[in-house]
Amino acid sequence: MAENNRAVLKLKEKFSASIIDVVEFRGEVTVTVAKDAIIEILSFLKQSLQYNLLTDLTAVDYLGKKEERFMMVYQLYSIPNKDRLRIKTPVTEVECTVPTATQVWKTANWLEREVYDLFGITFSGHPDLRRILMTDDWVGHPLRKDYPLQGPDREPYKGRLS
Amino acid sequence: MATTETMTLNMGPQHPSTHGVLRLVLELDGEVIVKVTPHIGFLHRGVEKLSEHRTYHQILPLTDRLDYLAPMSNNLGYILTVEKLMAVEVPERAETIRIIMAELTRLESHLVWLACHALDIGAMTVFIYAFRERETVMEIYELISGARMTSNFFRVGGLSQDVPDEFVKKVGDFIDVMPGYLDQYEGLLTTNPIWLKRTVGNGVISAEDAIDIGITGPALRGSGVDWDLRRDNPYSGYDKYQFKVPTGENCDTFDRYKVRLVEMREACKIVRQALDRLKPGPVLADCPQVCYPPKENVYNSIEGLIHHFKIASEGFAAPEGEVYHGVEAPKGELGFYIVSDGGNKPERLRIRPPSFVNLQAIEQMSVGSMIADLVAVIGTLDIVLGEIDR
Repeated sequence: MAENNRAVLKLKEKFSASIIDVVEFRGEVTVTVAKDAIIEILSFLKQSLQYNLLTDLTAVDYLGKKEERFMMVYQLYSIPNKDRLRIKTPVTEVECTVPTATQVWKTANWLEREVYDLFGITFSGHPDLRRILMTDDWVGHPLRKDYPLQGPDREPYKGRLS
Repeated sequence: MATTETMTLNMGPQHPSTHGVLRLVLELDGEVIVKVTPHIGFLHRGVEKLSEHRTYHQILPLTDRLDYLAPMSNNLGYILTVEKLMAVEVPERAETIRIIMAELTRLESHLVWLACHALDIGAMTVFIYAFRERETVMEIYELISGARMTSNFFRVGGLSQDVPDEFVKKVGDFIDVMPGYLDQYEGLLTTNPIWLKRTVGNGVISAEDAIDIGITGPALRGSGVDWDLRRDNPYSGYDKYQFKVPTGENCDTFDRYKVRLVEMREACKIVRQALDRLKPGPVLADCPQVCYPPKENVYNSIEGLIHHFKIASEGFAAPEGEVYHGVEAPKGELGFYIVSDGGNKPERLRIRPPSFVNLQAIEQMSVGSMIADLVAVIGTLDIVLGEIDR
């Protein structure tokens, strides 16, 4: 159960004010936390609970489905304990910036550049925030839900796509 | 007074030793590298965006175009994630065939790595030999799926079809001779003074740095971290197999070379164990909401045809939730993260490509060495641009 997860117990003890939600689905524990505390929580998980590998960092666009448009997702893995933990934090469209995780893991450098490139979320304190997959002069952020699948200056596809 | 200044040199995207369309901007002091700036994205096809507009079955063919040197590993990673989301149990025969194919894919991918890595460093013979053996794996691919590279053979709930009768013999023959071929490659390289000069002490990265930068797979094991998802978080029945997880000590290109060669030998052993376990039985789960019906039903009954049409056009609705599943692909941890809103298409599909994260280490591994050593570093990271750019 999620309540007995070693990380959830510790996080509830230490950061109870910042925890928004704890969910378990298919054996995977997801903890949603407030954006202000995200770096503090990630550092704590790395230093004290041995979540030493940042497997993945990405974002999800919930346009029109949730109050806060974006959700940042951090997939952590502990090589000594062989377990996973997912940390999420909501980001609003108005204040579309998150403190960088590069100070905790170097992995975050390119992964955050990709999120910036494809979602338009900026990372405060990032050492080298440039586009990574799209060209430097690209306009728009392709993985946003309001970005058309066919690209910005093409006729929308009329046939079936699914 | 004579002054010196650094020179900026462009390497790629059209360059044979950058393994595809990788572009590196190098800052050089003579021939010594001061700074490396990788530029990627030349092969970006928007697979993640496209997946948001496809049903779960329709995404599968996109996945074997990610790491096109290891298509079945990509298929496996995606399929296992969807099966986790749908909570589908897979029959044992399907699981065993999946493991055989995943390990043959590991062999295939490592053979291409060895061939290109050796060619980059100047050992041409190994290239020809390794591609000869890879051809046999391609023939096995073609035998079971009809395609040499973009196999698209697995299905949610099992396999697209059972394997033909000659499959077991063909695979068995191949893994019987493969260790001998590995001895042949090792004879050409492992004690070769030129090979040793080029690889020992090249591209050193310590275990702590490697974890910090997110390297996974054989490149991490070369730095001495004893971690393999197949053994530590087993999936698809890997817990029933005995195999060793090799690790290196010196964190250099030579150790990563040795790790990958041992992995190839272990892959042969896993395939042999899997062939021994292979029993007749169904290859698709009994789960009509999710799986395609058997072909004979589609051709011979109206219910089967309707069922096929429904799955092919509408797909299936996944429960609301989110799952992540990582598999030990030949190049490292390949993860898929699916967010479902309850519909028949994912709200978000994120692919965690091992090469993308591993390539980040290139600067740390090559600064201070010569341009020629950078070529060895690109080879030892074993990157494939289809997966980096997605």
